[in-house]
Order: sequence, then structure tokens, then C-alpha cells
Amino acid sequence: MNSTVTATRRAADTLLILLALLLAWQALYGIVGATALPAPAATLAYLARFVPSARFVENAGATLATFAAALAVSYAAGLAIGVWMRLHRLSGAVGEPILVALYSLPKITLYPVVLLIFGLSLSGRVTFGAMHGILPVAIMTMHAIRHIPPVYVKSARALHLTRAQLILTVLFPAALPEIVAGLRIGFSLTLLGVLLAEMFAAKHGMGFLLINAMQLLQGEEMLTVAIVLFGFAALANAAMLAVEHRLHRRV
Amino acid sequence: MSRVGWIRLGVIAAAVALLEAACRLGLIDHRTVIAPSEMAAALWRLLASGQLNDMMARTFGIIVLAVLLAVVLGFALGLAIHALPRVRAALDPFFATYYAVPIFIFYPVMVAIFGLSVIPILLMGVASAIVAMIIATLNGLDRVPRVLGKVARVHRMGRIETAWRIKLPAAAPHLFTGVKLATSYGFIAVIASEFILAPAGLGRLISDAYTDFNNPRMYALMLLLVVVATVVNMALHALDQRWAERRGIGKP
Repeated sequence: MNSTVTATRRAADTLLILLALLLAWQALYGIVGATALPAPAATLAYLARFVPSARFVENAGATLATFAAALAVSYAAGLAIGVWMRLHRLSGAVGEPILVALYSLPKITLYPVVLLIFGLSLSGRVTFGAMHGILPVAIMTMHAIRHIPPVYVKSARALHLTRAQLILTVLFPAALPEIVAGLRIGFSLTLLGVLLAEMFAAKHGMGFLLINAMQLLQGEEMLTVAIVLFGFAALANAAMLAVEHRLHRRV
Repeated sequence: MSRVGWIRLGVIAAAVALLEAACRLGLIDHRTVIAPSEMAAALWRLLASGQLNDMMARTFGIIVLAVLLAVVLGFALGLAIHALPRVRAALDPFFATYYAVPIFIFYPVMVAIFGLSVIPILLMGVASAIVAMIIATLNGLDRVPRVLGKVARVHRMGRIETAWRIKLPAAAPHLFTGVKLATSYGFIAVIASEFILAPAGLGRLISDAYTDFNNPRMYALMLLLVVVATVVNMALHALDQRWAERRGIGKP
């Protein structure tokens, strides 16, 4: 009973902060004027009109398709690299610092290379998205498997499990909560990569809409796109965080 | 150096040599990727000519300023939020989401408000770095032993003195993690902003060189940024490691 009261109060506090942000937006609008920043009410009205429109559906669909492909590549390659670098100890010891160094590079500078190789194509945007997503997934998977208590692996050996069985029935379930954390970070970074690619060079997609709206000084459209992306990323993150917490409790 | 270290060096050298060979033998078109030796030579020429000096000062200056602002303000905000548990509980969902949403999508909004100048770039740098510092400050303060708070009270220290002489040093290792993350995020945000849309800066130069099909210049600038980012990250990592060892909490 008491905990539900605190939870309600906490939710109310969070709502208050959202309200404060909205007020800050309104105040900023009052200071800088409508040409630079549209009012919250006007933006929300625009959002309601824009989201059902064909233009929005087309561009959101383009981004979603690119993102889905990039995410599939990030997850498949990231998990494969992570598992391989733990199973083969030497590769892990050699490769981990390289992966960590690559992870902290500003990958945006390398986008022209991707463009030169793939041209202004879907595969270029998918590659750039995956470049952002593969490394966190691989690094977190590696860490997840390292943190498995050694006794699990010993009992697997005592049971004469094959390597495939070891991976599927012992390593994977034991490392799952942390792997999901890696997948969550990979999700948001892949999305960032896809959006950056679309912002720099594309004729479709949400990133293109953002840059286009900025160049045409269409504040409402710019903020609408930003809000939709914000909402999408926040909801996906919350959902994956919930899965993560449930998995942690199970173990 | 350890055996693993030598193997790592060998792997990196082999990768570079492979790229070099592939470019020299024409397996890779020089309009796509140029040989690493040509990249280095082009970078050397650019640096020696001095025409990069202004841009380097500008971009690295913005990054340093953004990170400094983020670290100082982030620590102050962290202290304030830590003192107000109710505010902190309300802010928690925002912190959990912050790095999950591409806040970079607000860069065009910033440009619309502040115009195409240094200010939106600096703000993006601060915005992406500061939350890492706030979170690190909160984590650090959570781990300050309670007895130290009592010590401060025994000595009748004021709030500011307690923060400066007790909390800051006690939370230092966590704060340094925050500084490390803030540097990396600030670097990325500033370069990305310059790359997408900016009046000047190294990011803008790369994007211009790409548009002009000036490959040697483009690869030279990329090499510069990659080398600087790697050196800075490695230096911060080494400092962090040394600090952890000195405190007897060495990380494996």
C-alpha cells in the first residue's frame, strides 16, 4: 500500500518536471519569437495533423526499414563478435582494447568513407547505423559472459556438454540480462547512426525531414519530427529496460 | 610489453599493411580509399603548411570549453540533486532515457534559435556531456561513507566547505569516470554538429573535402581526428587506471 503511494507520488513528480519543461519551452518561445521556435500548442496541433499525413508515413517508413536492417546487422555481428571473443581467450585479450578504442571514436567523421564505398544508397545508411550498434553489443556481450560464475562452466564440462550446448543452454541464459542491456544500448546508438546518416545525405527519412525543415525554417515540422523520434526512442528504451529488470529478478 | 600487447600491435599493423597493399595494387580504387601512407603524408603536409591551425584551435577550443562547462555545471547540479531526494526520484526516468534518445536531433532546433554560430555547437557539446557528469556525481556521492558526513559536522563545516573538502575528494574516482565519459561525448557531439552543419571547424572541413572529392585532404583530416580522439581516450583511461590502482581498487 505504502509503496503504491510513493510510486504515485514519484510519477506525479515526474509529470511536474515534464510540465516545467513545457513551461520553459513556452517561455523560450516568448523570448526568441515564433520564427525561431514555434509555441508548444502550435507544435502539438501540427503534430496531430502531420503524423497521419502520407508524407510522414512515407518518411517514417523509410527510416524504420533502414533502422530494422541496421539493427539486425548490429545484433547479429555484435553477438557473434562478443561470443567469439570470450570463447577464444586470446582473441578476446587482443581484441577488447581495440573494440573499446573504436567504440569511443567519433564515427560521424567516417561517414564520407561509407558514402564513397556504397554511394548514396540504403546499404550505406544501414552500414553506418550498424557501425554505431555493433561495438556496444559486442563489448557488453563480452562483459556479460565474463561475469558468469566459473562454476557454471565447470558443471557444463562435468556434464560433457558440446560447445554448441554450452553456448545455448549455459552461457546464453546466464548472460542474458547483461546481453539485453547491450542490445538496449545498441538499439539507441544504431538509431542515432541511421538518423545522422539521413541528416547528412539522404532524400528520405526522418533525419532528412529534420534538416529539410530547418533549411525551410519550418519550426513546427522540425520539432514534430524531433518529438516523434524522442518518443519512439524513449518508449523502446523503457520497454527494454523493463525486460532487463525482469530478467535480473529471475536470476 | 606483454605477449598479448605484441599480438595486438601485430594485428593492427597487419590491418594497416593490408589496406596499404590493397590500395597500392589497385584492388581498392583510390577514388574510394587512399593508402594509409598517403593519408599520413597528406596530414603531414596540411599540418606543416599551418592552414589547419585556426580550425584546430577553434574545434578543440569548443570541445575543451564544452567539457569544462559540462564537468563544472554537472558536478554542481549533481550536488544539488543529491541533496533533494524527491527531485532526484522524479528525474531518474529522465536520466535513464537521456542517452537512449538521439538528443542530436535537437541540433537543428538550436541552430534555428541561436543562428549558425559557435553557440549551438557549444550547447550540443555541453548538453551531451553534462548528464554523464551528473549521473557520475550522483553515483559518487552515493558511495561517500556516511562517517565522512559526520566528520564534516564535527568540524562544523558549511555546505560549500563540505562539498569542496569532503565530498569532492571522496567521490573523486567516480567523478573521474564522469569526466572521461563527458570528454568522449563532448568530442563526438561537437564534431558531429560541425559535420552536419556549421560555419567552420574540422568537422566542416571534412564535409567540404568530401563534397569537393578532395580525398587526400578528407582522409588526412579524418586521420587527425581519429588519432586525437584515440590519444585523449587512452590518456584518460591510463589516468583512471593509475588512480584506481593507487586507491587499491585496481580494475582487472
